[in-house]
Order: sequence, then structure tokens, then C-alpha cells
Amino acid sequence: MRGLLTQPVAVAVALDSRLELHPQVAVRPEPFGALAYHYGNRRLIFLKHPDVVTVVNSLGQHPTVAATLDACGVTPERWPSFVTALSSLENSEIVRERPADAPR
Amino acid sequence: MSAQPTHLVEQLKSGLDAPICLTWELTYACNLQCVHCLSSSGQRDPRELSTAEAMHVLDELRDLQVFYINIGGGEPMVRRDFFDLVEYSVGNGIGVKFSTNGAFIDTDKARRLASMDYLDIQISLDGVEEATNDAVRGAGSYRMARTAMDNLAAAGFGPFKISVVVTRHNVPQLDAFKELADSYGAQLRVTRLRPAGRGADTWHELHPTLGQQRQIYDWLMAHGENVLTGDSFFHLNALGDPLPGLNMCGAGRVVCLIDPIGDVYACPFVIHDEFRAGNVRDEGGFSRVWKQSELFRSLREPQSAGACASCGAYDACQGGCMAAKFFTGLPLDGPDPECVGGEGEHALQTVVPGSAPKPSMDHTKPVRLVRKPVTAS
Repeated sequence: MRGLLTQPVAVAVALDSRLELHPQVAVRPEPFGALAYHYGNRRLIFLKHPDVVTVVNSLGQHPTVAATLDACGVTPERWPSFVTALSSLENSEIVRERPADAPR
Repeated sequence: MSAQPTHLVEQLKSGLDAPICLTWELTYACNLQCVHCLSSSGQRDPRELSTAEAMHVLDELRDLQVFYINIGGGEPMVRRDFFDLVEYSVGNGIGVKFSTNGAFIDTDKARRLASMDYLDIQISLDGVEEATNDAVRGAGSYRMARTAMDNLAAAGFGPFKISVVVTRHNVPQLDAFKELADSYGAQLRVTRLRPAGRGADTWHELHPTLGQQRQIYDWLMAHGENVLTGDSFFHLNALGDPLPGLNMCGAGRVVCLIDPIGDVYACPFVIHDEFRAGNVRDEGGFSRVWKQSELFRSLREPQSAGACASCGAYDACQGGCMAAKFFTGLPLDGPDPECVGGEGEHALQTVVPGSAPKPSMDHTKPVRLVRKPVTAS
């Protein structure tokens, strides 16, 4: 269970980037949010807020990060903290850039 | 990482919908008889779960979205359906990490293992050379483990894990273990010795000394990010900055054990009736035990700091390991026997010899009283 609580500093994701849940990741709902497990790199990550879980699960259904946050009802003043969370999750490969040939 | 910081550890202590880390000991049968075996393994138990029963448990774990399981024993590869169960598990999206002494990883098995996805292997090794290892794990066990490592490396398995139980005799070898792991491209895992199973009888001679606890802490602080620990050394956090990982006892909250006959215990270190929550064969199966057993519910309630309440280090060490206290005869709401403040040593002096609880089951092979006659040559 190494590295559960500390995440290396990540490059911030852009609001117009196109992200998706990594196909090798499973998300399990929990009272505090969810657990995300990456079968490839064996990392287990805590998603510590239900709204983060909603956003992560919805990324693939919207054209951009901004559109996802908007669609999930996240108010703009909370966007910076979500960008931080998503940046960290991208760094752990829980979410990733959608492949270029993915449908828009 | 979260959009709104929460006290994660506090939430984990109140339990999860399913375990994060589930250990499943597939059999009590073992070709070795390590002196510190947590499960007093040796002989197979006739009540062992059948293949069909084991697969049914795996179905339940899949439905609970348990991401991976830690398989152990005994020696799990002794089971004839070992590969069937591992393949069934992985096929159902449950990754497998299994612990083995390596005896059955020949070149063919190594190739088979190397061809599988979502499989991690831990080879147990408790000394960096034969003398230290075999004194604990038995004659020939060092060569056995090294041969398995060589076979896995030759088969291109990738980064397997070398799993070390830290004892008084191998603390000075920590650097050498790391070098050995690096030489294989393997990952080193070091865990704490517990006085459980046969370990209850040998712990007093084998556990690291108070001075060595500091050495272990310093070594983990220096190497911790690249060494796995199962988060088992949190009692050392009283020495300074916390070690990487979860600083809490996960028993019945985020971890549990299924033993070879289907009994569910709070953790792999407490095979004792007092910590048995139920059996996977009971109505409602594993899920019901995990979610509703009285024992697990009580473990998810706030725990009393007891005698440690006035100690400034309690938040750091959390009072240590429940199993270590239980099997050394100490109260559960007092100091850990290896308390770095020395409180454990004081407390141990007050324990009436012979009064510590004994493990409820023992599968140790019977001692051969009549020796085979030695043939004169």
C-alpha cells in the first residue's frame, strides 16, 4: 500500500484537455468517495470526495475537462482544486489523455 | 489530492464496503516449518475449502470489487488447483499476489507464471545467506528460494518481490537484501515479525532489540519509498516523522484474513478464536461476515488509547499492533511489546509466564520421536 497518501507534484492539466479514466483502472464506491485501482501499475488511490468520483467517471463523456466540470455541476470557484486533483490522478495514470483517434 | 481535504485515516478506521487488502491462506500444508510461521502451518487440514468453494468465494470477491488478493499458506503451490484458482481469480478481475517459499517454481512453472497478467510473486527469504535464513526457515530453504528467483528471472517474469521478515539476526543485512533485490531487478519487501502462530514461541528470541528498532526506522526513512513494508512498521513512527504508508491498524477495517478452512479473521496475525469473525461457508458468505460480524463492527468503533492515552507519541504510533500485544499477553489498550519508548519491555515484565493466549489451531507436523536407524557405512 505504498504511496497511498502522498502524490508527487504533477504538471497541471489544462482545462481544455481531453481526459478519460484509464482503461486499466477500476473505481469502487466507498462512503468517503471511492477507491481507484490501476491493474497495470498496481497503484491504489483514494478519491476522497464524491464529486471527484463523479468527475473522474464522466471525463470520457465530455469534450474537455472544463465541459466535464460544468456538466457535473462543479462551481467555477472550485475548479482550481479539481485541476489539482486531476493533475495528480493523471500523474498516477488513473486518468489519461484520450487517444488522438478517440471520437469527439 | 482531494478537492476537499478529509481525514482519510479516520474514515478508514470506520471500515470500508469491502477490504482493500485481503489475505487468503489457501492451505495449512507446507513443505517447510518456519519457526515464526504465523499460521503454524505444516499439515493440510481436512476441512480445507474445495476448489468449487474457493471459486465461489472468488465470485463473491469479484462482486465486492476486491481489486486484488494476497494468497499465502502454508505453501499455496502445494494445492493441486493452485493454477486453476489463480487463473480464475485473475480472469474475474481480481489480481493475485502470492507468497511462496519457491520450492515448486521450477523452470516450467516459472515460464507459466511469467505468461500471466496481474500476478505478483513474493519469495520469502529471511537471511541474505544460508546460515541466517535456514536457521529460521529450515535446512535447504535458502537454496530453494534462490533457485526460484533464478528461474523467475530466466523466464522473464519481471520484478518479483523478495519478502523479508525482519528479525534480530537480519537487521544488519538490510542493505544486503536491497542489493540482492536490485541484482534481480526485484522489489524488496520487509515486514514486521509478529508473535503469532509458531512465532509466539520464538518471538522473544527473534524480535529486533530496542536499539535495532531505531536502526530499522532510520533505514526505512532512507529507503522507504522504494521498499514495500505492508505498512507494518507504524509502531516505529513514535521515533520521528511518519514512515510512508497508512499509519493505522487495518484489522477488520481495511484488511482481513480468510484461512484455509474458510474462517475469517481480523488480520493474518490473529488466528485465534477471539478474532474469528465467521466463516465463508456460513449463510451470507464472506460479504455478510465482512459487513455484519459483531467483531468487525466493534473494531470499526473508536478504540481506547487506554494506558497509552497520556503518552505524547500515541497519535504517531497508534498504540502499535493488536496481534503483537495479544500473543505476548499484553492488554490491547496498552503499549505494543516493541514500544520504542520502552513501555512494552516494562509491560512484558508484568506478564505471568505462560499466561499469554495460545494460538487456537496448530497444524505443525508431528515430531518424529523414533529416529530412523543410521546405517553404518
